[in-house]
Amino acid sequence: MLDPVTLAVIQAGLQQVCDEMDLTFSRAAFSPVIAEADDRSDGIYSAKDGSLIAQGSKGLPVFVGVMQFSTRTLIERIRSGETATPEPGDIYIVNDPYLGGTHLMDVRFAMPFYRGGELVCWLSNTGHWPDTGGAVPGGFSASAISAEQEGLRLPPVKLFKRGEMDREIWQIICCNIRVSEQRIGDVKAQASALLVGAERLAGLMDRYGDATVAEAIAEMRKLAARQMRAVMADVPETPVRATAIVDSDGVVNEPLTIALTLRRQGADVVFDFAGSSPPCMGPMNSVRATTLSAVYLAVRHVFPDVPISAGAFEPLLVTGIEGTFLDARYPRPVSGCAAEVSQRIAEAVFAALVQVFPDRVTAAPAGTSGNFGLGGHDPERGRDFVMYQISGGGYGGNAGHDGLSNGCSTIGISKAPPVEIMEQTFPVLYRRYALHEGSGGAGQHRGGFGLDYEIELLRGHARASFVMDHGRVGPQGVLGGKDGAVNRVEVHRGGEVWVPPHLSKAQDIALQPGDRVRVRTPGGGGYGDPAARDPALVAEDVRLGRYSAEEARRLFGRF
Amino acid sequence: MTGLVAGVDVGGTFTDLVILDPATGAVRLAKVPTSLPDQSGGVLAAFTEAGADLADMDLIVHGTTTTTNAVLERKLCRTGLITTQGFRDVLELGRRTRPQAYGMTGTFVPVIPRDLRLEVPERMDARGRVITALDEVAVADAVRRLLDQGCESLVIHFLHAYANPVHELRAAEIAAGLWPNGYITTGHSLLSESREFERGVTAAVNASVQPLLERYVARLAHGLKAKGYGRDLLVMNGNGGMVAADKVAREAVKTVMSGPASGVMAAVATGRRAGMANLLTYDMGGTSTDVAMIKAGVAPVSNEIEVEYAMPIHVPMVDVRTVGAGGGSIARVDAGGMLRVGPESAGSYPGPVCYGRGGERVTISDANLLLGRLPAHRFGQAAEAARAAMEAQIARPLGLSVEQAAEAVVRIANTHMAGAIRMVSISMGADPRDFALFAFGGAGPLHAVALARELAVPRVLVPARPGLTNALGCVVADLRHDFVRTLNRPLDAVDMAEVHAVLAGQEAEGRRLIGAEKLALAQVRAEFSADMQFVGQTHLLRIALPGPEVSREVMQAAFEAAYWARFKVDLPDIRANLVNLNCSVIGERPELDLSRLIEPGGRLPVAQPAETRNVWFGGWVDTPVYWRDHLPLALNLTGPVIIEQMDTTVVVEPGCRVTSDLDGNLIVEVGNA
Repeated sequence: MLDPVTLAVIQAGLQQVCDEMDLTFSRAAFSPVIAEADDRSDGIYSAKDGSLIAQGSKGLPVFVGVMQFSTRTLIERIRSGETATPEPGDIYIVNDPYLGGTHLMDVRFAMPFYRGGELVCWLSNTGHWPDTGGAVPGGFSASAISAEQEGLRLPPVKLFKRGEMDREIWQIICCNIRVSEQRIGDVKAQASALLVGAERLAGLMDRYGDATVAEAIAEMRKLAARQMRAVMADVPETPVRATAIVDSDGVVNEPLTIALTLRRQGADVVFDFAGSSPPCMGPMNSVRATTLSAVYLAVRHVFPDVPISAGAFEPLLVTGIEGTFLDARYPRPVSGCAAEVSQRIAEAVFAALVQVFPDRVTAAPAGTSGNFGLGGHDPERGRDFVMYQISGGGYGGNAGHDGLSNGCSTIGISKAPPVEIMEQTFPVLYRRYALHEGSGGAGQHRGGFGLDYEIELLRGHARASFVMDHGRVGPQGVLGGKDGAVNRVEVHRGGEVWVPPHLSKAQDIALQPGDRVRVRTPGGGGYGDPAARDPALVAEDVRLGRYSAEEARRLFGRF
Repeated sequence: MTGLVAGVDVGGTFTDLVILDPATGAVRLAKVPTSLPDQSGGVLAAFTEAGADLADMDLIVHGTTTTTNAVLERKLCRTGLITTQGFRDVLELGRRTRPQAYGMTGTFVPVIPRDLRLEVPERMDARGRVITALDEVAVADAVRRLLDQGCESLVIHFLHAYANPVHELRAAEIAAGLWPNGYITTGHSLLSESREFERGVTAAVNASVQPLLERYVARLAHGLKAKGYGRDLLVMNGNGGMVAADKVAREAVKTVMSGPASGVMAAVATGRRAGMANLLTYDMGGTSTDVAMIKAGVAPVSNEIEVEYAMPIHVPMVDVRTVGAGGGSIARVDAGGMLRVGPESAGSYPGPVCYGRGGERVTISDANLLLGRLPAHRFGQAAEAARAAMEAQIARPLGLSVEQAAEAVVRIANTHMAGAIRMVSISMGADPRDFALFAFGGAGPLHAVALARELAVPRVLVPARPGLTNALGCVVADLRHDFVRTLNRPLDAVDMAEVHAVLAGQEAEGRRLIGAEKLALAQVRAEFSADMQFVGQTHLLRIALPGPEVSREVMQAAFEAAYWARFKVDLPDIRANLVNLNCSVIGERPELDLSRLIEPGGRLPVAQPAETRNVWFGGWVDTPVYWRDHLPLALNLTGPVIIEQMDTTVVVEPGCRVTSDLDGNLIVEVGNA
């Protein structure tokens, strides 16, 4: 039995190895998605079954636990002979969503880690590449109906063999993706993070001994499981139900339902999604790994103290996803899984958990990444461009406070780019970048406010695409609180206002100079009875113009 | 004229004073409680306490937390904002973030409330071309409305003003005709680079602390003058240099990090005399632990400091990073049975159990006390309470003795601090093993040796007066002006004549400003650097430049070498991008004699322990305890040793050798990790 100090010290040490990988990856990366938005994650995985040993604390939340599925698949394929056997210095590349992934843009590297010639664990990381081919730049096609339209799909193959990059595989990749000339920088950054991790991990094992570290890893797993069981002890055996709605799949204009039943089963907690909608035609399918990861990240938002390790996930049993859009199989399109569906899954988990832990869980946050893509030609610079605007929204009210305004997506931690940088780079002018007034869901503690922005195309021509959500129903209020405002997209063309039929999703909307796109993102859900809100706070919100007097009367029954 | 130099630093709890006679090295010290809300009372009290006559002072340099506290507590002057139509909420929306990666909660209070943020028609594009002309009538109306609402300061912040400031300048001109005072800040004047939220917050903070700082400095200058001080008062800036008191309020935001900056400057000066140019400063107090990396005798300066969640201040300031919660960090056993230390903190109130102020949760300080590292007699009854808390909260759940539990708490705290320090050093592209640890603050010297072992840092330097480090930083500070110019162009497309002109212009302006101060200087020197990246990247690497006439080839080579050193990556096919050209002009003051910070007359010829007490190093060890002021300069002790002084305790772990240099700094050789 390991002493508690050595255990805690080794745990901290493994955590630092992963944090250092995260840092190396971000700082050396080219793609702003990785370098600025930290859309990446690094971790250490068991050689036996790929289960998560430790993961960097600075990784994007959507990747919590997710790489253990891709690593497990890799290990299984190596055992079955489908994938080549590892050797020291090899690095595999894989982005296949159906082999334990997310969407195609999330490209994973996995490197075997050896001690004395024996494979003892895997180091793996994921980075969101700006493009992996497919019908639209960036990969978020709102109308794709098969995986092939979404981009290049890579099974696990060795991109590095004994430390040397395989130029032939690299050329195949480069011929199939956009802006490939800068990807070499990201690839080197991604590989360099794994090498740094290997060096640090070797140092840790040299210092404490391989056997002690192995024992600590086993013990950490047990303790994390015990801790998760302890914090979840109040979940009742009587089912707790919650739902969340995805506006549509982008192709068929019908809502998709996530139906969740939460209950205790012995020492474990079951998240049963039976009754959720079947797989859909458009890209709002999720794959198994992403669905599980969404549940894990939601739980982690509520109990951030429990370390990220396979042990923490052990007591969380996810069932009932087979045959639903939460466990899509090839060739179902999946580009919306990581950015949008995962956030709806998290919303369902919050909506269930808040009934058990009202002091810890918030009402629903805006929960959409607000992807707005604009691709076109800029005659002033004589070149094509692809622009992405991501946006935040209001967070849910909670037991202690009102929700935060313009918070980051549930699954992300990245900052939105400044308006000035966007205007430097693209032929657009922002007419406004403001608080979405009136959007916070009413409650004793109201939701935070969303964003209200309007972009005008200045010159050339362009096509706009949207992959957002919460256009049909707003983020849910809880314990008597009201829903936050819905997401609204309007395209102003030649004096006409056009609203996408799917509300939050559309593709290839042609724009001319002077045309404008206005987006109002969701406010957070309200928490508790609006009538219980301190009248002084209602008056303050009116004074600051966050609600009109009329809205305040309607929503809070006073003022 | 006697030529005495005084440094006076106001901290959260104490106001510290160091008076130094440059001719003899003679020193007078004082530590008095900080007076609030007017800090000047404490400053004057410190001079009284030191028995100093203000008429004898030739120079007083002052470090103040007036602006720091105002920002963190949001006790700001009523400030109005006039901004581009459509953009008044930029200061409230931020960059779509949350305070922590996990946990969907948080609060944020914008620097300027929404009803004091007004919009006017005007618009530039990103190249500085006018899209909508400035509506001058609307500006005048907005100014009057803000005055009617009782605003004392005004911010004018327009989109893309860094590219063309003409609208901001004109609006400021209109406002100046109506505004009753000079508290008008334009966005582009402090920071001429893009990013509207960061530039706007920087300007808003400046405006909203400007009147406070000006009033405070005027009051202090008046108080000093009334007591006979006849020279200029200088104030520490966050960049580690000082400026004249009558000019400091113009750019008040630069003083927000003044306290931590002066600590780092003291480390630079101490290290220079001790022959240690690479120092990791490690300042552990009751509520925070801060670190900074001094490379080759140069304090790190960053233009991108975030002083708290969503509070970016983008002017050049010494880059000090908070890595932990300090001695008040709470230890606990989690639901899984794992021992955790921090990040929760008992703060300074109620503080650790052993403070006896009602704190009930066991902290790092309690652990240090129970291990015999702190003198138990200073804590009285509360020491027993600390023992009981450790027993109940940590020892029993883990099946350890109280001492084992306390040791575990310290060890885990050290592991986490070491990890955080390692991350800081990596993010700055340095290996901690190439540095010595400069330990100060009340708790720094308690942990420094163990921490150095953890980091494989070979050597620890404990300065003569660890508790007066910031005040000493004021004494030794130089005059300093920093300049940043954004180019953001591929290096091969840059006109090198423009580069030379920018750098030469920055240097000339700095020399002009320094020349205007009436102060004896040893020399004025300029440092040049460039912030570079590969085209397409967002992060920057700072490259030192040999001089203003640098060639393109030298810049390219220096960047590639730095990139390789940092990432082990070369990218021959990708162009380098030149983002910023920087110049710092430094007016160096003559070196001061720091050999008498500990009065030589008090030193004994041979080290003699004041007592021997049981200290826990994996078991109880009879450990000699020395009084620092009595130690001889010819010192050579081997740990375990405890060295106590007025405001801190140094723990020398078993097997480590401790010596002294001629300034009385303790040097601990940590040995192999």
